[in-house]
Amino acid sequence: MSDLKDLYQEVILDHCKAPRNFREMEAPDKSADGRNPLCGDQLTLFVKMDGDKVQDVCFVGNGCAISKASASMMTGAVKGKSIQKVQELFNLFHDMVTARSPAEASAEGLGKLAVFSGVCEFPVRVKCASLSWHTLQAALKDEGTCSTE
Amino acid sequence: MTVITKEAPPRVEGRTFDPETIRSDFPILSREVHGKPLVYLDNAATSQKPAVVIEALENYYRELNSNVHRGVHLLSQKATDAYEGARETLRAFINARSLAEVIYVRGTTEAINLVASTYGRRNVGEGDEVVITAMEHHSNIVPWQLLCEDKGARLRVAPMDDTGTLQLPELEKLLGPRTRLLSLGHVSNALGTINPLRQIIDMAHDRNIPVMVDGAQAVPHLAVDVQALDCDFYAFSSHKLYGPTGIGVLYGKEALLKEMPPYQGGGDMILSVSFEKTTYNALPYRFEAGTPNIADAIAFGKAVEYFQEQMASGLLEYEEQLLDYATEQVGALPGVRIIGTACEKVGVVSFVLDCAHPHDIGTIVDQEGVAIRTGHHCAQPVMERFQIPATARASFGMYNTRADVDALVRSLHKVIEVFG
Ligand SMILES: Cc1ncc(COP(=O)(O)O)c(C=O)c1O
Repeated sequence: MSDLKDLYQEVILDHCKAPRNFREMEAPDKSADGRNPLCGDQLTLFVKMDGDKVQDVCFVGNGCAISKASASMMTGAVKGKSIQKVQELFNLFHDMVTARSPAEASAEGLGKLAVFSGVCEFPVRVKCASLSWHTLQAALKDEGTCSTE
Repeated sequence: MTVITKEAPPRVEGRTFDPETIRSDFPILSREVHGKPLVYLDNAATSQKPAVVIEALENYYRELNSNVHRGVHLLSQKATDAYEGARETLRAFINARSLAEVIYVRGTTEAINLVASTYGRRNVGEGDEVVITAMEHHSNIVPWQLLCEDKGARLRVAPMDDTGTLQLPELEKLLGPRTRLLSLGHVSNALGTINPLRQIIDMAHDRNIPVMVDGAQAVPHLAVDVQALDCDFYAFSSHKLYGPTGIGVLYGKEALLKEMPPYQGGGDMILSVSFEKTTYNALPYRFEAGTPNIADAIAFGKAVEYFQEQMASGLLEYEEQLLDYATEQVGALPGVRIIGTACEKVGVVSFVLDCAHPHDIGTIVDQEGVAIRTGHHCAQPVMERFQIPATARASFGMYNTRADVDALVRSLHKVIEVFG
C-alpha cells in the first residue's frame, strides 16, 4: 500500500505552508504561466537571467500542496544554475517522479528534491509535482504558457 | 412562492427502501481499495451498476447478439424486440407521448450536440441569441458556443446567486425577441441545485422560446415527466442512472423533431437511397444512423426498471434524508465551506477546506477507501463564479448510507490532521 507519509513529507508541508520565493518580479527576463486544468493549479513564474545562468526565479499562483511545494523547492534548486544544468535536473526529477515503483525512483543528484520521490506511488499527482518544472522550461524557451493536461 | 420541484412518484404501499438489500445488488461495493472497503461517493460522475444490468449485458452477448432492424432470422428479431422494448421502458420512464420522441444517443453530450447541430443549425441565425445559465456543465456550454460562433449568434448567460440558485428575474430579462433557444440543466452537477423547471419553461414558452433541458443529474434523483414539464428537448445518460456507459436518450417533441434536418447520415436512418435522392426514415430512426449500441440500450432499460422499483419503495425520500445528514456532518468540520447551498438540492455536497486544496483532499480520502471527485467538475465557470480553483465533491447514490458519510467525515479529519 502506498503511504501518505511518503507523499506529504514534513518538508513538503512546510514549503506548502510557507512557499519560498513566492513573489512577483518586476521586469523579469523571462516568464511563463503554467496551468493544470484538471485540478485548477495555476502559477506564473518569473526568471532573471545572468548570461546563461538563472540568477533569480520566483513565482505566484495557486495550487495543491504538491504543486506549491514543488514550485517552492524548485526555485531554490535552480538558482545560480545554467540552462543546461536546469534541464539535467528536470530530467532527473521527471525520471524520479514517474518511476514505476519507489525502488526504481532514483533520487541521485537531486539533493533536497528527493522528498518528491513518494510522488511516483501516486501517478495522478505527477502532473502536480512537475507543473512548475514544465513552466520553467516554457519560460526558458520563451514559450509563454504551458499546460499539463 | 410555491414551486414544487421535487415531486415524489407514487409510493407502493407497504414497501420501504432498504439500502442494505440494495448494496448487495451491486457487486463492486464488496471490493476493497487500498485495503479498505470501498466507499463510493462519486455518483455524479458515474454510478455503479447492479447485477441485473451486468447480467443483461452478458446475456445479450451470450444469447441474443445480432444486428437489429435488418434480419429476418430469429436472433435479429429477438435482439430488435429487446432493443425496442428498452425504448418503451425509457419512454414510459419519462412519460414521452410516443416512441418517436425517444432517440438513442451516446449520452447527454451527444444529445445536446445533436440538437445544436440540427435544430440549432436550422433555427439560429446571425444576430440571434441562445440563452444558458451560469451553472452549466461544459457539455451544455461548448456546443452552443460552437453554434453561435458559426452563425454569428450570441450566447447569453443567466446568473446565479451566492447559494448557487438561478436568478430568475435576470434569466427572464435575457429572454428576448432574438432568443431562439433556452438550454439549461435540470440539476447542477457541481452544486446540486435543482432548477424550478416548470416555472422557467412557462417563462420561455410565454415568449415562444423552446427549452432544451440537460437532465443528466436530474433523472437519477427526481421523477421526471416530460409532458408535465412541457420541455421541448430533454437529455440524459444511462451511466449516471445505474446503467452502462455509451448510451443515453434525447427526448424531443415530435413536432420539432419532424422539422429537424438529419444529424448523421448512414444506415438505419434512411428508407431508400439512390445517388440521386435519399429518403429519410421515420422518427426516431432518422436520428440513429448506423448500427446502434444494442447491448447497452437493453441494459439501460434494465437499469431503469431497477431504478423505478427503488423509487416506488421510497428511494427519493431516503436520498433527501441522506443529503441532510451529509450536509450537517460535512458542514460541522472546522474550516469547511459548502459550495452550493440552494434550498432545493439533490445529493451533492461540494465543499472546500481552509487548510487543504481539493486535490490533496482527494488523494488523502482515497487512501481511506473513500472515492470522491475533486476538481472543477467540468464546470469551470461555476468555479470562477465562486472564485475557487476547484472543489471536493461527495455525491450520493441509492446504495450510500450514513456509514458512508461517517467514513467520509473520518477521512476528512485525517486531511485536517495532515494540513491543519
Ligand atoms: C449536468 C451534466 N450535463 C452533462 C453531462 C455529460 O454527460 P455525458 O458525459 O454522459 O455525456 C454531465 C456528466 O458529466 C453532467 O453532469
